[in-house]
Order: sequence, then structure tokens, then C-alpha cells
Amino acid sequence: MATKNVMIVGVGGQGSLLASKLLGRLLLTKGYDIKVSEVHGMSQRGGSVVTYVRYGDKVYSPIIDKGEADFIVSFELLEAARWTEFLKPGGKIIANTQQINPMPVITGAAEYPAELDKKMLSAGIDLDAFDALKLAEEAGSSKAVNIVLMGRLSNYFDASEEEWMQAIEESVPEKFLDMNKKAFNLGRNSK
Amino acid sequence: MKKLMLGNEAVARGLYEGGCSFVSSYPGTPSTEITEIVAKYNEIYAEWAPNEKVAMEAAFGAAMAGKRSFCGMKHVGLNVAADPLFTISYTGVNAGMIIAVADDPGMHSSQNEQDSRHYARASKIPMLEPSDSMEAIEFTKLGYEISEKFDTPVLLKMCTRVAHSQSVVETSDRIEVKKDYEKNPAKFIMMPGNAKRRHPIVEERTRALVDFAETSSVNRVEKGADKSIGIITSSTSYQYVKEVFGDTYPVLKLGMIWPLPIKLIKTFAESVDRVIVVEELDSFVEDHCRNIGIKVEGKNIFSCIDEFSQNLIADKLGKETVCGIKLSDNIPARPPVMCAGCPHRGLFYTLAKNKITVHGDIGCYTLGAVPPLSALDSTICMGASISGLHGFNKANGGDSDGKTVAVIGDSTFMHSGMTGLVNIAYNASNSTVIILDNSITGMTGHQQNPTTGYNLKGDPASKINLEELCKAMGINRVSVVDPYNLKECETVIKEELSVAEPSVIISRRPCALLKYVKHNKPLVVEEDKCKSCKMCMKIGCPAISMVGGKAKIDNTLCTGCGVCEQLCKFDALHAQKEV
Repeated sequence: MATKNVMIVGVGGQGSLLASKLLGRLLLTKGYDIKVSEVHGMSQRGGSVVTYVRYGDKVYSPIIDKGEADFIVSFELLEAARWTEFLKPGGKIIANTQQINPMPVITGAAEYPAELDKKMLSAGIDLDAFDALKLAEEAGSSKAVNIVLMGRLSNYFDASEEEWMQAIEESVPEKFLDMNKKAFNLGRNSK
Repeated sequence: MKKLMLGNEAVARGLYEGGCSFVSSYPGTPSTEITEIVAKYNEIYAEWAPNEKVAMEAAFGAAMAGKRSFCGMKHVGLNVAADPLFTISYTGVNAGMIIAVADDPGMHSSQNEQDSRHYARASKIPMLEPSDSMEAIEFTKLGYEISEKFDTPVLLKMCTRVAHSQSVVETSDRIEVKKDYEKNPAKFIMMPGNAKRRHPIVEERTRALVDFAETSSVNRVEKGADKSIGIITSSTSYQYVKEVFGDTYPVLKLGMIWPLPIKLIKTFAESVDRVIVVEELDSFVEDHCRNIGIKVEGKNIFSCIDEFSQNLIADKLGKETVCGIKLSDNIPARPPVMCAGCPHRGLFYTLAKNKITVHGDIGCYTLGAVPPLSALDSTICMGASISGLHGFNKANGGDSDGKTVAVIGDSTFMHSGMTGLVNIAYNASNSTVIILDNSITGMTGHQQNPTTGYNLKGDPASKINLEELCKAMGINRVSVVDPYNLKECETVIKEELSVAEPSVIISRRPCALLKYVKHNKPLVVEEDKCKSCKMCMKIGCPAISMVGGKAKIDNTLCTGCGVCEQLCKFDALHAQKEV
């Protein structure tokens, strides 16, 4: 199988590392070669963060380049718009519609572009945008946005619900397991 | 069993499997996780040292004693440890010793983009360079074999994309290694007479290592049908080359980056029409090829700036790439910011408000440089704030006294700030140093240090008393402030700057992200009192924004620190009353 590429993008602190960990676990059980490239250090402090997940028969590069992503999973709308160039022709963006102002917007040096979801759609981008934060809160924690988004992504993935659940069990602490399973199902069934 | 493993975790696994017994490191992105993860193996003693020089010397001592040892650091950390590095090259080891150095091409989290391969050549120490997690395990274990066989420390060169990428590995069991220590002054006492006899041994060792490089499987030729180009590469550059070209062109994949083979490269060059070296940063392998008389291309095609990617390789070597759709809107940047509730914020606000020249240092507080705080004037390297302040004030002959300070974190002060402070006291500059004591090493992800009272394993440890330490170094004026209290901060800073003698202010409050730190309830805005003056926006808190001309608090971010409340002249921001 040719290498498939999933980018997980968001704002530092939103939990993209857990999402990539979950995806990695799932893909490992499917027997793929996998590479997951993460961001640690300075840019984690509220900055724009990106995690690359690649899988296939043999994966060389740890990163995803422009025009290569089969999926971009975005935790925040501006971040989805930031990375559109990385989408492969025919690729899909799954985005949380939540908006988090970056510091240049907070200080008034820049404006948060209006109606980004509509602009992406009219530019011909295959965008699946929804309010993941609301579903996460429904599941019990605003921090579960990452798992809600994985649930939504699961609709486009060749993996059974049991396989996803097993990967969740291996990725999250016991005490948060029920909440995360609920968040996953809310995301999965929201489509 | 196959596992998905981070490159740094794989180095830790390689240390475990390779019989390592002693680890001493200083945290630094992208190297930190090696030591954090190694600390979980009960068979290995592991510690955070105050700095990289101490770590390397401790690891050397352990190797001399007969235990396989390790120290890990980021590229700039190796500058700090360069002193022991060049001399333990001469002494060699007893049991094996590995030094991991993690470069950061692209500067994701660093102040420069240095190419640490130069250290291998300069110190005449062999350097291995893994390109994924499985190689990180294998090369770590191979490193110990090379170290003991050739009686040398071994450098293990990581980079961000290998250190912070997970890939599939297979693990194996641990071996135990213990060698006896015997007194050997001619080998271990590097005074001139002995060192003169060791240097030729080092040169002979390098010759033997070249022979090893010619035949070892650590360097390998991968066949390709199209011999119009032959590519010499290593590390992540190898991965990008294979991603783009697969098995099209022959590739000489180098796993040992110093010393480099001669015959192997010459034979490879003769088998292809053009030789192209693909390497990030400097022309290290390319220069070697040229030195041995090979017509080679490299930096005429590829830049010595920034990291590479598959598209970059494809573009430079004439293969087409596609690009996705770019929106016409200007997408505002999202730079990293100080967290909501960060104790540094109030202090930087006070410094900026009073237009003080601030010599900065390395840590989360480097973010005090970005708008709207824009409080810093310089950031160079660990410890440079204090020494730089001294020079700045001395050179100004008193003109900048009372207008300048240095800011440095607790961990950075332990690392290399103390000697600068001794210089201020000893050579008497009228300088004020502010130690930002947030009780943790923050930027690298919460590591303990000698001021926190805990060690790497999380056990209680000796806790340095910063006040007593500064006094013992000759600073008579030492005060402590709470950075959440703006009035107190300003009063004390003004007072210490007005006094004509050296002083230290300890700005003390634990990092808001520490698990034991309790947050207050989010602040509330009384909208009818808010006059849109935007005073609360001057501290650059990500939890505050203006919506419809009124201040708005993001309840998911606000920690209730109350700094913004102190800025509001109209009493519009309030702490929530406990119910």
C-alpha cells in the first residue's frame, strides 16, 4: 500500500500528542509500517503545532510535505486554514469549528479572518467542519476534543469500532477511559 | 514484539539493552526524553546534572570506574561540555561511554543552528548518526562496542526529526557489563608528559576507525538501477532521499559520520556518473569527499540553512511536486506565548513599564521578548544574561546603572548563572540580577533541578537555598518578591535599582502548569464598568481578549492569577468569590 498521510494540527496544549498516540496504536495493530512526528519544546507554549502520522508498507520520511496529506485533522479553524496547502488533491480536512485567537489577533496587530469554513469550501477544499468542543463538553471534558475528532475521522478509516476501542484503552489512563470512549462515540456518530 | 517508539525513547532502550548503568544529563530540546525515559529502568542509575559539563564528567567517571555510561544534551549543551570532551578523547574509557548530542536544524526550539558533526572531527571522537528509532537502538548498542574496542567515548548524533519521530522497533534483552578499575596514571592523568604520549594513540585510533568504517555494516550501499546519479547521505536526509527516489539511484547511506571511510566512498563514486551529497546544515561529508579527491556536488544545490523535506529534495533534483490549495486570506501567525497564569508575566510587565534594559536568558521567559511585553534586549546562551549585564554596566561607566537588569530562571542560574554572579560581586559592578524562580525547569517540560528539592526519579533531594547561595557569593542585598503582586514587584525593583551596589531579586512563584499548583476561579468582567481602555491587554495574556469593545475572559484558560485585575483602573475585573 502506498503511504497514507494524516496531519493533526492545532494550538499547543490542545492534546494533539494523545490523538497521534491513539492513531499510532491503531495503525500498529493493523500491521503497517508507521512514522509519527511530533513537536516538543518551545512551540508547544500556545503556538501553532503540527503532528504528522504516516503509514503504509514502508514509510521513509517522518514528515508530511505540501500536497501530501490525505487527511488534515484540525483542532481549531484558523489552524485548518493555515495548512490547506499540505492537503493532497482529493484529500479531506476534518476541523473543529472552535476559534482560538492567536496573540497577534489579541493585541490587534492582525485580524482573525471571517468565515474561514465557507472560504475553504468555496476554494474547493473538501472540509468536514463541526463543533467538536460542544461534543467534548457533552462527554464530560473540553479536553476531549482530540478524541471527538478521532471519532469523526474513524468514519473514513478502514478499522472496526473494536480496534479503535482497543487503541483508546491502550492510550488513555484508566480513570478517563469511559469519558474518552463516550467522546469517541459522540464524534463517530456525529457524521 | 513490534512497538512504535520515539527516537529518544529508542536511545533509552538501546542504553538499557546495551548494559548502560549510569546516566547523567542536562535537559535540552530535542534530547530531554532520553534521560526522562531511561530513569524508568531500575537497572540504570540516572540523574539530572546542573549542566552538561558536569554531566559529561560524571559519565566519564562512571566509565572510568568500569560501568557503561551515558550523557545526553542538545547541540548547544555540547559547547558547555566541550572542555572535558576534547580531553576524554585522549584518555579513552574503561567501560563504554556514549555522549548523545541532538541538533535542531530549523531551530524549532533553539537559539542557533550549529552542526555538531564538527565536534566529532575536532575532538577526534567517532560519531554515529541514526536515521530512525530502530537504528537509534542499534547504534546505541554498537556505540558501546566501538567505545570499548577502540578505547574512546562515542558520540551519538540525533536531530529533531529522529529524536521526536516515532517509528517501529523490535526490542531485545539487556546485557550486563562490568569492568575492573585499575590505577593507570599514564592513561588518565592528562598532564603534558602523559598527554603527549596519548595524542599519537588517538591518531592511530582514528586510522583504525577509518578501517572499521570501510567494512562495517553501519555504512552501506543501497543499489539503484539509474547510475546517472549516486547520492551520499545520512540521518533524516536519507529518509527524504528514499521517499522521493525509492530505489532509483544508488545511495551510500552513512551511519558513522566520523571518521568517514575513504575507499568505500571512492568505489561508490566510481560506480556512478555524478556524486551528490545530501546533508542538512554544513558541507561536512561533502568537504571530506573533496579532500579525498572526489568530484562532488552538494551545497551548490542544497542550502546550509534550515531543515530539509521530501519536496525540497525533489525540487532541487528536478522531480515534480504538487501543492494543495492556498487560501487568499492572510492567515495570522500563531507564535508561542507565555501561558495564562505564567508567573513571569507580571514581572516582565513591570520591567517593560519602567523601560528597563533587560539582559535575557534561555527558558520560557525568553517569551518575554514578544509583543506586547517586548521586555527583553538580548538572549544569547545559558548564563549570558548575568555576565552580559556586568559587561554592559562596566562598559557604560555607571551610565546604565539603575536602568538595567538580568533575568534568569532557577535552572539556568544553577546551570551557568552562578559564575556570572560571582563576577558581579568580585569585580563590583552595580548590577541587579532577577532570578525567575518558578521551581522547575519549564521550557523543556518540567524537569527537576537543584533548587526544586526533588531529583530525576521524583524522590526528595537536597534543595539549594537561593537566598543563602547568593549571599555566600558576596551579594549583600537579596530580596524575594511575588510576581503576581505588581505593586510589590515595582517597589522592590525600583529600590534595588536605586542602590549603588550589586543586588539579587528572587521572583518566586511555581510554574502555573505544575500539577500541585492550585488555580483560582477565572476572573469575571463587569461589562458596564469596562471602558475599553485595553490596559488589561498590555500583559499579553492569552486568556484575555476584547470582544465588542469589552474585555472577555476565556474561562478554559484563566487561572485566576489576578495580574490583570491589578491593571484595571475602573474595577471591571474581579476575582470570583468563593462559594
